Amino acid sequence: MKRTAMRHAVSRHEIARQGAGLLAAVLLACAALAGCGSASGSSASGTLTLYSGQHVQTTQSLVAAFEQQTGIKVAIRSADEDTLSNQIATEGANSPADLFYTENSPPLQNLAGRGLLAKVSPATLSHIPRQYNSPTGQWVGISARTSVIVYNPRLIAAGQLPTRISQFADPRYKGKLAIAPQETDFQSVVTAYDRAYGRAATLSWLGAIKSNAAGNIYSSNETVLSEVNQGAIAFGLVNQYYWYRMRAEIGAGRTHAQITHLAAHDPGYVIDVSGAAVLKSSKHQAEAQRFLAFLVSPKGQEIIAHPGTGPGESLSFEYPLASGVTTLAPETPLSRLQPYPITIGELGTGTTAIALMRQAGLL
Amino acid sequence: MTSTLVRPVTARPRRARRPAALTAVSLLIAALLALPLVFLLIETSGAGVHKVAGLIARPLTGELLWNTVQLTLAVTALCAIIGTGAAWLVERTNLPGRRIWAVLLVIPLAIPDFVVSFGWVSLWSWVHGFRGAVLVMTLAVYPLVYLPVAASLRSADPGQEEVARSLGTGRVATFFRITLAQARGAILGGCLLVALVLLAEYGAFELLGYQTFTTEIFTEFNLSFSVPAACALSLVLVGLSLLVLGGEGLARGRGRVVRTGGGTQRVSPPLPLGRAAWPAVAGVFALVVLALGVPIYASIYWIFQGGIPSVTGGSVSMLDAIAHTAAYGAAAGLIDTLAALPVALLAIRHTGRVRHFLERSTYLVLAMPGVVIGFALAYFTEHYAAGHGYQTAPLLVICYAIMFFPLALVGVKAAVARAPASLDEVSRSLGLSRLATLRRVTLRLAGPGLAAAFCLVFLSVVTELTATLLLVPTGVQTLATQFWQYERDNSYAQAAPFALVMIAVAAVPSYVLGRFFDRSASERG
Repeated sequence: MKRTAMRHAVSRHEIARQGAGLLAAVLLACAALAGCGSASGSSASGTLTLYSGQHVQTTQSLVAAFEQQTGIKVAIRSADEDTLSNQIATEGANSPADLFYTENSPPLQNLAGRGLLAKVSPATLSHIPRQYNSPTGQWVGISARTSVIVYNPRLIAAGQLPTRISQFADPRYKGKLAIAPQETDFQSVVTAYDRAYGRAATLSWLGAIKSNAAGNIYSSNETVLSEVNQGAIAFGLVNQYYWYRMRAEIGAGRTHAQITHLAAHDPGYVIDVSGAAVLKSSKHQAEAQRFLAFLVSPKGQEIIAHPGTGPGESLSFEYPLASGVTTLAPETPLSRLQPYPITIGELGTGTTAIALMRQAGLL
Repeated sequence: MTSTLVRPVTARPRRARRPAALTAVSLLIAALLALPLVFLLIETSGAGVHKVAGLIARPLTGELLWNTVQLTLAVTALCAIIGTGAAWLVERTNLPGRRIWAVLLVIPLAIPDFVVSFGWVSLWSWVHGFRGAVLVMTLAVYPLVYLPVAASLRSADPGQEEVARSLGTGRVATFFRITLAQARGAILGGCLLVALVLLAEYGAFELLGYQTFTTEIFTEFNLSFSVPAACALSLVLVGLSLLVLGGEGLARGRGRVVRTGGGTQRVSPPLPLGRAAWPAVAGVFALVVLALGVPIYASIYWIFQGGIPSVTGGSVSMLDAIAHTAAYGAAAGLIDTLAALPVALLAIRHTGRVRHFLERSTYLVLAMPGVVIGFALAYFTEHYAAGHGYQTAPLLVICYAIMFFPLALVGVKAAVARAPASLDEVSRSLGLSRLATLRRVTLRLAGPGLAAAFCLVFLSVVTELTATLLLVPTGVQTLATQFWQYERDNSYAQAAPFALVMIAVAAVPSYVLGRFFDRSASERG
């Protein structure tokens, strides 16, 4: 009994010693942390802060080239574009962000509507065809892509696929369809459908789609694509660049999924625009405007056009919007696409689409 | 022998003294923890009753409620069975390789839930929906039951079991009527943590394609640019967690298991498993393979499958991410362990409805999604500090400290319970100062429990994602955010090393935890 007690005392002593060691380590860590904090704080005054919802690798490639060309440092904060949009709204006048770069127009339209974005310099806007810019000149279009059907030929023949988005509701596609209704890309299709066919038709279409996709409703386009590619489901609707990115990632040998366009001018055939803006609250207006100018310059646009992971390349697989820059992939040039004619303003912030999807029980 | 020393000195009047300072400090801590709730109320009232009612009354709410409730029930029940069973095997039987299992069984706690689901989902596409969610979450969180139950089984008085056996009660009946009854508090406490953690979980369900209230709250934050609406839904979540807390309180009842003898604890001899030993080993082995082996295997698999050789992570190196993650975790762990002390002292050493309520109220924060707490802090710094401190390391650490305070409290309460007030009084009566008593008696007895609390918080910080995304200083990546970014892009080959390192970093405190809980096992010889 006594010996056990002694052993206890010894082990407690050890624990106390270890505790002291741990404490010292923590204090050191805290000190180091404080050091890092103040260091980044002091350098932050001379750099731009970019909130980016665009793909990380694309953003990094663009920023690296901009830093090299101008000597202006850019700190990137990457997250979901809608979260960032909310975050900027919550931060208000004290937002640390100077710039906001997104994959889709609705988050930008949201901030423009709240009066949080500065006007983009007219020279920058002039590089991009007007229909891809903010209707009020508060953000500039950088690149674009379109929605396509992604399908697995082992599960469904190309001839069996729907050619119109309205046919997605056909009962013969029950159990064959996958969708990601939370994604902004899907919202724009719903907005287009609503514009083309009206509210009642949209609701019944959404209801039928929900039933056709039961059990295959995912939260991201990436998941829809990989499920189709793995042969878990026959087809879905995603933006084309996801397919190209996947093929670059896993190699052509393991890419079983194929993509195809919908019929010309169908409401399911929508162009989504990626854009960028300067925040009104930014204290570095001139430098921030230079970044936008760089994005639409030939050099910036070439980075989007050239697939790769080296300097001056990106795995964007989007269409650069400035005239004169063309892509190798996607193969069909932007000018040859035949999308549904819907404007940026009509796409808006997507609130109507969200309300409809809620009513249909998809959200 | 200690007991004869202690008993006569137990001074009632001192105990009854109103612990004003303790109550004040605890109140302050509880108020800090209530900040997110205050934020929810401010934002929701801003949205207007009509809109909030419309949001809550839509058909999806019912579906989400059902999804959330059935998952919480299923996973909590499974965790209770698996956690208790494993703890009993390790602590009370002569299971071969006990000391190794004691460590391996805890490490799954170190694997972020979204890494576990990433492992399963990336290898097998059938893992999704309800079944997938039950599987993945059970494997990810059962240690929350295992840990407290193992601790309680070890410190339980073996005498009661011996008495039962000597009175002719069978082995099985003794297990159910005595052993389980002794561990009941620990089982319920573990289940409470599991249920609350499930309510707030996001990353895993997002990968599994399973919708719960929390995933919907994220959708609301993300889709409709409507913070008020997300907050309204979060209030429903708070309501659910109140139900869970109430339910646990009811189940716990007023009964308490007490050990009358103080001092050094007698250790019960391990129960010989006999021919059941190998099936038992097989069971524990299977659990470790599923919970630990699959995520690690998946990570290694993806590293070797890698497509693009170097989609550069850019500015942030792995070492940098490790350093930041560890520093944040250590700082938050320290703060929480210290902050939990007064609340635990109040809860264990004093009674009273207000104090009880105060302690319980701190648990609510555990069921709040990280993104809500992150937005709350962003809101308060914006409105009351002109944005100062926002997206700095100290605020992020405070955020972690708020989020994981209840986890620290569980450990610290156990620690304080091991250091009874009577020993303090003996020490004081022998002429030691209050500070010296704290240092030489209370802290020394409570040390291991405090270390456990620190480790639990550290682990949770390492695996935290959603609040981190909002509040981390720009340009800094933690292991979790970097992993998430690659995973989101389907860059599995790049994501996998971060998953492995996350497991490795968090395995250290898990090992400490496991060893701490295994301490007396070594004394058994």
